[in-house]
Formats: sequence, structure tokens, C-alpha cells
Amino acid sequence: MRRLLRGVLVLLVCAVAVGARAEDLLMARSHAQFEESMAALQQAIGAQGYTLSRVQRVDIGLTASGFTTDKYRVVFFGKPAEIRALSADHPDLIPYLPLQIAIFAEGDETLLIAANPVHLTAAYTDPELGAVFARWEQDLRAILDAVRQAE
Amino acid sequence: MNRLPRCFCFLFMLVVVGHAYAAAPDGARLYAQHCAVCHGDSGTGGVGVPLALPGFQASVDDAYLHETIRRGRPGRVMPAFTRLSAAEIDAIVGHLRGWRKNTVAPTFATTRIRGDVHKGAALFAQHCASCHGDQGQGGHGTGVTFSRPRDLPIIAPALNNPGFLAAASDSQIKATLMRGREGTPMVSFLKQGLSEQDIDALVAYVRSFAATAASAQPATAIDDEPAMLMMESPYTLEETVEAVKRAAVGKNFRLIRDQILEDGLFPAGQQNTRQVMVYFCNFKFLYDALALDPRVGLFLPCRVTVVEREGKVLVMSINPKRLSHLFNNAALDRACDEMYKLYEEILEEATL
Repeated sequence: MRRLLRGVLVLLVCAVAVGARAEDLLMARSHAQFEESMAALQQAIGAQGYTLSRVQRVDIGLTASGFTTDKYRVVFFGKPAEIRALSADHPDLIPYLPLQIAIFAEGDETLLIAANPVHLTAAYTDPELGAVFARWEQDLRAILDAVRQAE
Repeated sequence: MNRLPRCFCFLFMLVVVGHAYAAAPDGARLYAQHCAVCHGDSGTGGVGVPLALPGFQASVDDAYLHETIRRGRPGRVMPAFTRLSAAEIDAIVGHLRGWRKNTVAPTFATTRIRGDVHKGAALFAQHCASCHGDQGQGGHGTGVTFSRPRDLPIIAPALNNPGFLAAASDSQIKATLMRGREGTPMVSFLKQGLSEQDIDALVAYVRSFAATAASAQPATAIDDEPAMLMMESPYTLEETVEAVKRAAVGKNFRLIRDQILEDGLFPAGQQNTRQVMVYFCNFKFLYDALALDPRVGLFLPCRVTVVEREGKVLVMSINPKRLSHLFNNAALDRACDEMYKLYEEILEEATL
């Protein structure tokens, strides 16, 4: 009976592991134009409990340097107390703080991209961080879904 | 105790049934979930190629589409969807075909076409290399936003890519060479004056890329690379920030700003001022990187963070080589290798 139990457990773990394999990049396409999508993104970030830290206007810098580009921004955000605690407890995580989403126009539509934080799990093996990365992934997915549905 | 095994069995059945349910082959749903973000909801293209293009649909068979989804294009952005079952992939292919109901999907024989490889090499250099690259490595970049004008729907595919070579039969390659691909720059080489024998030679030459295709695979795995670069500075935080700025400018970067990590997160006066991010950019490099893959702006502009902690000053950055693996883009890997060296040099110079 124990063997059966062990076999079932192994199969269960394998099945869950296969189901849980993560994508490297989380991406969403919004049918709305850039400005509307940008507004929806900022609203979704707030609704998910995060604070907007800064918007990097990549396109402005490119245009000022003479390059032709569509609208392109990077939005930085985080939960203040969480960023403070993580940067204190795990200073080697600081280069990845705060969270960020790139948003850029593709014709009349808008694309949004975030790196899946779960990709950091292999490098930052503290189980506490693993749980944080998993939660960030869910939050990023919720934010991207909200922008997708906001059109 | 008897309850425990029953409980596990129940859980196991739940997982199995859950997976079976998730695998229900609904092509439209699967396409929306996995493909639409790059290829567009109706296959008009974007970061990915326009799958609904009639000329494309008329020149590839279902087996090609199936294998392309399964294997992807290593190093050419299109990921391998290894988690999808054969039935799910077939459902996606069915969905793609639904866009062009009037286009009859071709079927191609899988038999090898014999041809003179040496003659094919000469013909390739003369007729194909200008678009597909001298080694069949394909056109540069991806995405409509930066790398190609909107009136050009497609980038010349990488014919030496192991994913392409596994997906495309000789007959399909031959048919494309003979008929061209309407709506793209790919013309009919019969109409260009080549004979069928010439075209067989070209097919044989393209097939010969398979011998070197394995080298297109990434040399290192993502986990071989550290997540970040870090060095200790012998200077104060303020001195180190200035040293980072000087080093970045010395590498032809333009300073964008320096900012406290907690800026925007806490009111001024309540922020930890001993974590300073220095942002800098080389706009030519940025533009070129975005042309290779418009998604890479996610990790730009460049940033080095200087942190004072327990009497030590640390200088750190992301590791571009590790992050590049997320994009499945060999051209971007090369740019990120260059960026890695620049980050290393900046960190070294700032802490000398």
C-alpha cells in the first residue's frame, strides 16, 4: 500500500510540476491605442495594490537623439513596504527592483511585456523569495489581463 | 490511515482530470492564449509573422505549421510550445486555416529531393543570400515597430534554423521556390529564369544547412549565468555614484538620471537614500537592440545601482546575458554579450 501511495505521490508531483512550468515572458496585446492602454495599465497597477514609481519614456529619448520610433514606455512599480523589506533582506535582488512592464505601440494596438519573476527562482533559492516571485507572477498576469480587458 | 491513500488518489484524479480538461483542443482559445500576442488576433502579424497572409497559407502544409509550433525557431524568437499536446497543436493549426477558408491547404511529400549542392550554393549566393543571408541566417530583427516598414509583412526566414529545417519538407521548399509567396518579397524563381534542376540544387543546398544547424543552439543555459553582477567599492556611496557616472560616460553612454530606489514609493524625507540607481543610455545601441527585438526595452535603459550596507558600498547590475535567454533571440544574445562586457567594465572602473 505504501508503494502505491508513493507512486501516486510521485505522479501527483510530476503532474503538478508539468502544469506549473512557467513562460519566460508574460505578454499581452491590447486592442486599444497606446494612450488608452497606458491609462489602463496605470489603473490596473493601482488596483492590484502597487504604487507607480516612475514611467521611463524610452521613445522620447530615442526621438530626441534622432531615431524614429513608435510610442514606448517602461513603467516601474512596487509595494513600498515590500520593496523596502526585500532590498534590506536581499540586497542582491535590488537590480530587479522595482517591478517593471514595458508598453509599446504596434500600429493601432499596444503590446505589454513583463519578465516572469519566476525565472529568478533558480538564482535566488530562498523559499521565501520563491513565494514572492510566484505572487508577483500572479499579480503581473492580473495586471496584464486587466489591460487586455479594458479595451 | 486508510483515508490518506484515498485522499491522494482523489487529488491525483483531480489533477489528471484537470489536465485533460485544460487540454481540450479549442483552437481559437489556444491561439488567443499562446499566439495572438505576437501574431495578432486574426494573424495579421506583429512581433511574429502574419500567419493569415494568403501567400503564406497557400505555400505551407499543416505538418509544417504543426512542427513549427512544436519546435519553434531556436534563437529566432518563436518559442517551442513543448507543453502543448499534438491534439492542441492540431487545433491551433485548424484555427489558422479557418481564416482562409477559400485557400486550399497544400500537402507535400516528405521524400528527399536530390540536387547538386555545389551548384545550389552558387545559386543561393546569387539569388537568395541578399534576403536570407549568406549562410541562410535570415533577415534581421523582428516586430513591426522598429525593424521593418509596415508595408513589408515578413522578414526573410532563417533557412539554416534547425526548427525550420525540421518543419519544412524538401517539397515545400521547392514549391515555394517555384511559385514564390504572394504578398511577400519572395518571388517565383521559375519566372526568374531558373530551371527545375536549378531549384532542386537550391533545395539540396538549403537542406545541407542541417549539418551546421546544431551550432545555432545557445552555448550556455540560463542557469549557468549569475542573475546579477556585483562588486564592492572602496569609496563612499557618493564617490562611487560619481565614479559610475564617469565610467558610463567614458563608454559612450549618456546619463539619464540618478534616482533613489524608493523614489516614488515613499515621500521625500522618508526614503532610504543609500540605494542609488544610475540610469544611462547609448541611444544608438538602444535603437539597434529594439530593432532586434522590440520587447527588450523591458531591461532598458541601462542601470547600475549603488548600495551602502553595513559599512560596505556595493555596485550592482542585472546580468544581460542571463536575461537574454528569456527572448529566444540569438541576435539579441550577441548584443547582450556586448552589454555584459560594458557593464563589467563600468563596474570595474567605478570600483578601481
